[in-house]
Amino acid sequence: MKVLVPVKRVVDYNVKVRVKPDNSGIDLANVKMSVNPFCEIAIEEAVRLREAGVATEVVAVAVGVTACQEQLRTCLALGADRAVLIETEADIQPLGVARAMAALQAQENADIVIFGKQSIDGDNSQTGQMFAALTGMPQATFASEVKVEDGKARVIREIDGGLQTVDVDLPCVITTDLRLNEPRYASLPNIMKAKKKPLDITTPDTLGVDVNPTVETLKVEAPSERQAGIKVGDVEELVDKLRNEAKVIS
Amino acid sequence: MSVLVVAEHDNLELKPATRVALSAAALIGGDIDVLVVGSGLADVSAQAAAVPGVSKVIVADNAVYEHQLPENITPLVVEAGQGYSHILAAHTTNGKNYLPQVAALMGVAMISDIIAVDSADTFKRPIYAGNAIATVKSNDTIKVVSVRGTAYDAAPAAGGSASIEALGSAHSAGNSQFIGQEIAKSERPELTAAGTIISGGRGMQSGDNFVLLEGIADKLGAAIGASRAAVDAGFVPNDMQVGQTGKIVAPDLYVAVGISGAIQHLAGMKDSKVIVAINKDEDAPIFQVADYGLVADLFKALPELEASL
Repeated sequence: MKVLVPVKRVVDYNVKVRVKPDNSGIDLANVKMSVNPFCEIAIEEAVRLREAGVATEVVAVAVGVTACQEQLRTCLALGADRAVLIETEADIQPLGVARAMAALQAQENADIVIFGKQSIDGDNSQTGQMFAALTGMPQATFASEVKVEDGKARVIREIDGGLQTVDVDLPCVITTDLRLNEPRYASLPNIMKAKKKPLDITTPDTLGVDVNPTVETLKVEAPSERQAGIKVGDVEELVDKLRNEAKVIS
Repeated sequence: MSVLVVAEHDNLELKPATRVALSAAALIGGDIDVLVVGSGLADVSAQAAAVPGVSKVIVADNAVYEHQLPENITPLVVEAGQGYSHILAAHTTNGKNYLPQVAALMGVAMISDIIAVDSADTFKRPIYAGNAIATVKSNDTIKVVSVRGTAYDAAPAAGGSASIEALGSAHSAGNSQFIGQEIAKSERPELTAAGTIISGGRGMQSGDNFVLLEGIADKLGAAIGASRAAVDAGFVPNDMQVGQTGKIVAPDLYVAVGISGAIQHLAGMKDSKVIVAINKDEDAPIFQVADYGLVADLFKALPELEASL
């Protein structure tokens, strides 16, 4: 059984991002880039499926610039068997990625495709669902538990207000939520081994897909700052302010 | 121009997030129709028809749509959405589940989680966990958009009288199956719909201490939330989490107790009208966004607060 895991190169989650002074975007100069945390959870889940004997091969895929090879090497160090980069300089948006992944899936015929539920830069939460629609595969989004047996995946999903359990027939699409697992760290020997694992490069043109975006970013601004208010001396003063000044309690 | 808003509901009632999406639809302009997909929808359809400004409610009432599995409802929304310039839904776990599929099948991009409508094709949305706001323009013929539940005040629940018409198509893909659902039951209001919220953080020290918040919540009719730190520490379940990766809320009054104010938490509550912070660390970042800050030991302040309400 083959598991395909698309991963995204994003600004590391520890970096405090800054808006460029000309409001054209986020300043990415000299900023540390990493595997999107939700995609790392996806890799971890795929590797665990292989370790449990359910899957036999884990393939990490990225769509984007040449430098995405760094993140693919990280995935190989975390346990992926091989990697594919669909290389493009285009501004990466969910529909383009979903189309490129769908074209690759037509060649790879993976049984399970595990996406992160969203990337921490664009915060769209779209790509896995778009891929499922384009390929006609059933999906289980926001997974906090996955069990694969009898040609099905039983997935517990995090939904508003609680949890939902669904069965999806294989081949299927899963998107990861935060509590699915805790990704391991790459060990030094595994980082060294990852350098020798295969990393193939293709392009959207070769796959016959158009990844050009249809949404333009006109402007990126810092969010409006909230002003600090006052400090109150005690609970009595607080209740008085809430009752008589803010008028939010009766 | 014409807008189709896909209703957020649980087959029993129309969720307020739908009326927020309807407020966004009104700013786009043109006729506004509502699509209700589910099973046993008499009440939900009537509630949708009562929202002022809605022209028509299209109801796809069929057992195959009971759990709104995306494999079944996506083809229906695509079918019903033909001819509209905009398709909107709430940015809930349900909206996020099927709406990107609808966009992909229509061959257009989707614009997620908008917080403002600038014009019929231009919207504002948060990126990087709310650390930046992007203004984006869609060049697609059909705009597929999800609306953040706190973006606008909800449209009124009554006063309208839209026509209701049935849509008979039944799509059943057969490759996915609903097994079960556990929804946390509570006498208190839902976090995303509450007018007042009191949240606890790591400073609460244990899950048992959340009982200190309950008495106050009862008196204020408030929902109880938590920071990610409190959830990660295992004090309370994940569904109580307020923050960028949890619930995004904007109540009239938000009381943060023992919460330091990490960016990820602020991103989920900073649009609240009045923010109160109770924390013993006077340098906690939460005080930078609080309208009223009380530097105090919460174990002393909370009982006092409960007694004085």
